[in-house]
Amino acid sequence: MKKHLDLHAAYQPQSFSFRSAEAVKDILDRYPEGRERSAIMPLLDLAQRQMAEEGAKATPPYGGWIPRAAMDEIARIVNIAPIKVYEVATFYSMYNIEPVGQYLVQMCTTTPCMLCGSDNIVKACQDRLGIGLGETTADGRFSLMEVECLGACVNAPMVQINDDFFEDLTPARMVEIIDLIEHDKTVPVGSQTGRLNSQAAGGGTTLKETDKARKSGT
Amino acid sequence: MLADRDRIFTNIYGQESYSLADAKKRGDWDNTKDIIARGRDGIIEEMKKSGLRGRGGAGFPTGMKWSFMPKESPDGRPSYLVINADESEPGTCKDRDIIRHEPHKLIEGALIAGFAMGAHKCYIYIRGEFYNEAMTLVKAIEEARAAGLLGKNACGSGWDYDIEVHRGAGAYICGEETALLNSLEGKKGEPRNKPPFPAAAGLYSCPTTINNVETIAVVPTIMRRGGPWFAGLGRNDKNTGTKLFCISGHVNKPCNVEEEMGIPLKELIEKHAGGVRGGWDNLKAIIPGGSSTPLLPRSICDTVLMDFDALREAQSGLGTAAVIVMDESTDVIRAIARLSFFYMHESCGQCTPCREGTGWLWRIMQRMVRGNATVEEIDTLLELTKEIEGHTICAHGDASAWPIQGLIRHFRPEMEQRIMEYRKMAA
Repeated sequence: MKKHLDLHAAYQPQSFSFRSAEAVKDILDRYPEGRERSAIMPLLDLAQRQMAEEGAKATPPYGGWIPRAAMDEIARIVNIAPIKVYEVATFYSMYNIEPVGQYLVQMCTTTPCMLCGSDNIVKACQDRLGIGLGETTADGRFSLMEVECLGACVNAPMVQINDDFFEDLTPARMVEIIDLIEHDKTVPVGSQTGRLNSQAAGGGTTLKETDKARKSGT
Repeated sequence: MLADRDRIFTNIYGQESYSLADAKKRGDWDNTKDIIARGRDGIIEEMKKSGLRGRGGAGFPTGMKWSFMPKESPDGRPSYLVINADESEPGTCKDRDIIRHEPHKLIEGALIAGFAMGAHKCYIYIRGEFYNEAMTLVKAIEEARAAGLLGKNACGSGWDYDIEVHRGAGAYICGEETALLNSLEGKKGEPRNKPPFPAAAGLYSCPTTINNVETIAVVPTIMRRGGPWFAGLGRNDKNTGTKLFCISGHVNKPCNVEEEMGIPLKELIEKHAGGVRGGWDNLKAIIPGGSSTPLLPRSICDTVLMDFDALREAQSGLGTAAVIVMDESTDVIRAIARLSFFYMHESCGQCTPCREGTGWLWRIMQRMVRGNATVEEIDTLLELTKEIEGHTICAHGDASAWPIQGLIRHFRPEMEQRIMEYRKMAA
């Protein structure tokens, strides 16, 4: 359900080059000779991360996205028609083909999260930031997105902000997290209720003997 | 209940670090050279004895799958092992825990499995959203390389072996093995027609076996403790071993837990997840194996066992063993409608019945949620699912049909009641 790639939009930069030739080579080396096409996905990701680094320093800031010029550069590197790179960039939902906010808040609303109250998380984000789904705040710092299952279902509801998962959320905690990020404070990733990853709250029911034996060194 | 001494994943919650040093203390990489010295046939024979069936959802016998790989390459094409870490089935979050807390089980398993199928190279395809997990995995692989466990003459076994991590970018369909291969080749994630099967022509048209993370990660323990040990766990010789279950939704303590295959569903939830919110009698329905498997009403949940065959007999499936629990407060029609949206969103668009059909399903389901439909349309909806099921290249079409079929099978009266109420209100 991605938007059409606007090749000639005003926001498209005229050129793009990878800052680190070493990083590009490291990616190409993962695949057999003659199979450079496999490097398209990791190179798209590299381009998006480079844009994010630049965007964090810009005014107003912006987040990771992939300009058309970067796709053309990747096509040149792997020696393939540019359309083949556009195809990949537009097929996969994680490649942002237009600018996004510095912090991309992706809220999972698929059934397991929905059952645990993701509707309220979505509402809390929208109310706090004053924007709707697919929109970016005026200061360029936050974008909101609804996404499909992110694979942390026993820690529902959860959101992903850039690379990090924030789990076991309540609407109040969600607002706090946005406040902290806005003031450049660090937020602990993972469960927000303090439980150990995917273990049941209160310490779980298994591996007690194993853990005890390990602690005593036997 | 499964005894702790029979649990394979002893660090599944990340009680200790994932590092090589800690992993070795837990028994990983213990004399892997000797396991490899048992030879290809020896390893495959042990896997067959274990009765292990693939943990990615389809439940195909692992030992048999490996035996399909060519013994020798007649034309110089290399063989590949590809590990499917594109965990995206709603409800499922077990492979993530293996990767971030037990990566060395996966890496060691990849070496043993790769050797057993004559591969020198392995790719692990991990979903893009698991960025931190992928970085952990890359670090663990680098640790193993630095220690000589991977690379030339891996573990001193005489076998050259290396692993690369390839990150996906947010497409559920890439969990389908041939879509995954296309994605790994730098293309759109569109499933391929079979045949040819990957064992004949997979990655780069070379012989390839694709296995799930959990399947590969249990291999080293099976080799150390023996196939018969693994086969001795579980309900019968078709449903053996241990399994990671993910219990989400309306339970008091949602969690991941490793239990014996064939454990009663009720016992699983009451023992490990603190029971259903408001007690067992407050249960409405359970999706037993991830979003694709049809839901089960309480009357079946009372007694059903959690394994491949018992759940199939109940007209559902074990899938990825992701148990999604819904209590009486749930709008079950909306819960399933949300899955219809998911399947529409994730259809790759290649086959017409799936590309168009999943949209129809979503649109009809939206009306069913409100009740803005006729009772006859429930039959239309059911017929539509049958028109999609079995008429597409991959199982995505089937997977979009099954949740709705389950809903109609068990909750038709509720759907009809919703329609009646809407009519009353409209009148």
